[in-house]
Amino acid sequence: MSFEIAVERRLGDTRIALDLAGGPGLTALFGPSGAGKSSILNMVAGLLRPDRGRIAVAGETLFDSAAGIDLPPEHRRAGYVFQDGRLFPHRRVRDNLLYGWRLADPAHRWMTLDDAVDFLGIAPLLQRWPRTLSGGEAQRVAIGRALLSGPRFLLMDEPLSSLDMARRAEVMQVIERIRDALGLPILYVSHDRAEVDRLASQVVPLAPEGMADTQA
Amino acid sequence: MSPEEWQVILLSLKVSGVAVLLTLPIAFGLAWLLARGRFPGKLLLDALVHLPLVLPPVVTGWLLLIAFGPSGPAGRWLGLTLMFRWTGAALAAAIMALPLMVRAMRLSIEAIDRRLEGAARTLGAARWRVFLTISLPLAMPGLLAGAVLGFARSIGEFGATITFVSNIPGETRTIPIAIYGALQIPGNEAEVTRLAIIAVLLSLGALLVSELLARRMGPGRSGHVL
Repeated sequence: MSFEIAVERRLGDTRIALDLAGGPGLTALFGPSGAGKSSILNMVAGLLRPDRGRIAVAGETLFDSAAGIDLPPEHRRAGYVFQDGRLFPHRRVRDNLLYGWRLADPAHRWMTLDDAVDFLGIAPLLQRWPRTLSGGEAQRVAIGRALLSGPRFLLMDEPLSSLDMARRAEVMQVIERIRDALGLPILYVSHDRAEVDRLASQVVPLAPEGMADTQA
Repeated sequence: MSPEEWQVILLSLKVSGVAVLLTLPIAFGLAWLLARGRFPGKLLLDALVHLPLVLPPVVTGWLLLIAFGPSGPAGRWLGLTLMFRWTGAALAAAIMALPLMVRAMRLSIEAIDRRLEGAARTLGAARWRVFLTISLPLAMPGLLAGAVLGFARSIGEFGATITFVSNIPGETRTIPIAIYGALQIPGNEAEVTRLAIIAVLLSLGALLVSELLARRMGPGRSGHVL
C-alpha cells in the first residue's frame, strides 16, 4: 500500500477523520470544501498533528500516536504542492526550485534541475521573481520545487483550482506525466469531480464529520 | 563649526550607534516573542517594553541612576560604572529607543506568511534553517527600519540621559544636551542653530530611510513606520 492513513483530529467544531489505504498511482481525496481535505494533507506532511492515529507511506511509518512516532516535516520527504503555489517571494524561480534540492541527501535526489526544467517547460522562467509569474507558471514551478526535493511521495492540494481553463489542461498533463512516467505515489485533494475522474487511480470521498470509506 | 561642536556630533553618532547595535538582537528577540509567542504575562511584557515610550524620561533616567548608581544593584554587584560615562548615555538611549525598534520589527514579523515557513519545512528545512533562510530575510526590511528608527530616537534622546549621566563634555554631551546647555548662556544662538540643523537633518534622514526600508517589505504587503 502506498498510503495507509487512519487519523482523527478535532479542529474547532469539526471532527476530521479518515481511514484509507491507497494503492499505487494517484489517490484522490474528494469532497466539498470544509471537509478537512487540506488538513489531511497537512497531517501527512507533518504540519498538523493528528489527535490520534497512524500514517504510513510506502511502508514507512511517519506518525503513530500509539508508538510515539512523529517524524518532523523535514524528515518525511513529502513533495507538497500547495493550492497557491506558495513560492518564496524573496528568491528567484531558480533558487525556489533548488531550495529543497540543496537540502536533500544526494542519495535521495532523483531529478536534476535540468530534468525538472525540461519536464515542466520552465526554462524561460528561471531568472524571474515569483510575483511576476502567471498562475500556471507559478504552479509548474511549485511542482518542480517539490519534485527536486527528492520526495518519496507527492501531496497535491487543489493544484488546479487557481488556474484558468487553458492553464488547467497544461498542469493536468504535467500531473498525468508524473503519475505515469515517474511512478510516484500521489495523494491528491480536489472538490472537482471531472478533475478527479480524469486523474485518479482511486477515489476516496471525504465528508465533514464522517468516516470516509475507500472505494476503488 | 568649532572643534567642540564636532566633538558633540561625533559623540552623538557614537552613543547612538552603540546603543542601536547592542539593542538590535534584544529588540528582535522581544519582537519575535511578542509576534509569535503564546505565554502567560505576554501583555505585561508588551506593556513593559512600551513603558519608556510613555514614562516621563526623567523617571527613566532616575530609575537608571538608582540601578547603576554606586549603591545600586548593578553598580554594587556587577561592578558596572556607567554613571557620567558615554556608555551610560548609550544605555539610556538604548532603553528609550527599544519600544520603537520592537514595534517596527514586530510588524514585519507579523507580516510574514507563515505558510511559507511550512512549505520550507516540507522541503527539508529544519526550524532553525527556516528561520535563517525564510523568516529572517522576509523580516529584514522591518528589522533595518527598526534599527534606523532607533538610531534617530537615540540621536534625539535628552531627558533620561541628562538625568542619568549629566552633561560632561566629550563624555555625555550629545547634540540635544549641548543645545540645551548653549541655550542657558546668552549669545550662543549661532551654535544652537548649527547643532539644531544637524539634528533635524540626521533625524529626517533616518526617518526617510526607515520608511523606504519598510515599504520594501514585498509585494502584497505594506509596511509603515510613519
